[in-house]
Amino acid sequence: MRRGKMKVTEKDVTYVADLANLELSTDERTGMVRDLNSILDYIEMLNQLDTSKVQPMTQVSDRYGVDESKPGSDRFAYANREDIPEGLRKSLSQDSALANAPDADGTFFRVPKVIER
Amino acid sequence: MELTQHTVDSARSAIQERRTTALALAEAHYARIQKEDGQIGAYLTLCKERALEQADSIDRMAAEGKPLPPLGGVPVGIKDVMSTRGVRTTAGSKILGKYIPPYDCTAVARLEAAGAVILGKTNCDEFAMGSSNENSAFHPVRNPRDLTRVPGGSSGGSAAAVAADMAVVALGSDTGGSIRQPASFCGVVGLMPTYGRVSRYGLIAFASSLDHIGPLAKTVKDAALVLGTLAGRDPMDSTSANVPVPDYVAALDKPVRGLKLGVAKEYFGEGLDDEVRHAVESAIDKLKILGCELVPVSLPHTPYAIPTYYLIATAEASSNLARYDGVRYSYRASGVKSLSEMYRRSRDEGFGAEVKRRIMLGTYALSAGYYDAYYLKAQKVRTLLARDFENAFRHVDAIITPTSPTAAFRLGEKSNDPLAMYLADIYTVTADLAGIPGTSIPCGLTKDKLPIGLQILGKHFDEATILRIAHAYEKEAQIGS
Repeated sequence: MRRGKMKVTEKDVTYVADLANLELSTDERTGMVRDLNSILDYIEMLNQLDTSKVQPMTQVSDRYGVDESKPGSDRFAYANREDIPEGLRKSLSQDSALANAPDADGTFFRVPKVIER
Repeated sequence: MELTQHTVDSARSAIQERRTTALALAEAHYARIQKEDGQIGAYLTLCKERALEQADSIDRMAAEGKPLPPLGGVPVGIKDVMSTRGVRTTAGSKILGKYIPPYDCTAVARLEAAGAVILGKTNCDEFAMGSSNENSAFHPVRNPRDLTRVPGGSSGGSAAAVAADMAVVALGSDTGGSIRQPASFCGVVGLMPTYGRVSRYGLIAFASSLDHIGPLAKTVKDAALVLGTLAGRDPMDSTSANVPVPDYVAALDKPVRGLKLGVAKEYFGEGLDDEVRHAVESAIDKLKILGCELVPVSLPHTPYAIPTYYLIATAEASSNLARYDGVRYSYRASGVKSLSEMYRRSRDEGFGAEVKRRIMLGTYALSAGYYDAYYLKAQKVRTLLARDFENAFRHVDAIITPTSPTAAFRLGEKSNDPLAMYLADIYTVTADLAGIPGTSIPCGLTKDKLPIGLQILGKHFDEATILRIAHAYEKEAQIGS
């Protein structure tokens, strides 16, 4: 990540928008190129730090409330439950699961044609 | 006493002793909302039927002489990022403009079980992304202390509702400062608990390794009371910690004499407004008079917190917000011909500018070729930031800082400059990244009569100590004024 090297171009914005399932208008794309470059320029200050020997912090809660005397995933035993094949807790009824859908037929969510030709 | 000026305890005991009713209290708050909220904009949805039903059941308990639960009859506002069964929950976004959750957020359910009367849902920045509440898809919130100013964000509606006596307490959420910064701007108490202290089940996710739920209140004691009802393990949230919940209220009156308070120069550098600096330094002097010992500490990685935050938060947001696809519960664009067009156009039309900006930044940071340079790098710097606090907390019981570098700014002042807006969170994001608790309490006014906030940061799961310090300061400040 060297200064000036990884700047976001219009092409990058189109690619990333596609990954994020966004379309973006022409104006939005132009604004996005400007804003992302400005933010990423600022973010570049992280390269002042040598992190080659630093472990990434991937979890916040795994250091607290766990039983450190136990090995591996047993430390998180409090978060486990017995396996119960069914009847553990009620799931939503079909009606309430479909109630917020923009389009449903009473049994399924309905969407436009999936296969494009 | 005006019915809308009650604290939790005074409201509860007034109902218990039949000097008023929960119904009258709720109605008084609705009347005030009716009168004041047109110009403030703190609420998005009111749920009067649900509120009055709960108030009625509290009044029946009081009439039968039964002891009321800790929040019995207390009118509260809920930030609109928390799910409420049968009550519209929008996250301040057009994409959830018509969403009616089929279940309650655990925090909401616990408040109601403790007797709270839920008045309605408070306005916020869209998906809690913002520091001014100007990113709400519905309307901005104005600061009750000065209507030309922002209330802060993203829990701006919750802070404004409490500040304007339109709720006794309110729930907010804090991912980078969204409880503490608006509390500071509106002159109320805000508390972000330790990561894992309060269940997030039913909270509309923004950045899952950073999201917290906590109270905004008129007094430190009220914040402690609410935390006591919210805290504790919830089987529905695997990140909620299995750590015992102490009696936060009982701990408030323990003496603060002898406590060691860290003061970090990194929080008093360039960019800090002079009036804010002066007020915070005076507050620190007061704590010294109360017998606290001041200890200089160093948190050397603080300048790297904002870039670290904006990589991690946006990366997680880009993943969390992928669920809004127009299929199950969100807005769907009309006239679309294919599935992929439906996804893209629904999200284009449903999300606001700042949300799209963050989805784009987060997607970019996670995309092939950039992951190591951005996301992984940020996770490593997060380790360094957490280590700064671990080192400091070997020597001190709490750390005192300003909550925000300035008092409330004007509407529109920063809305066209994303980076300037991000820097409003410079003193608050560090605690979210480290997972430690923090509170903001009022510590004075600028010459324009704008509130200034004092931030107290604590050790993991040691909310009791920061609340105790906040309570001692609050008492001292009242006597002094």
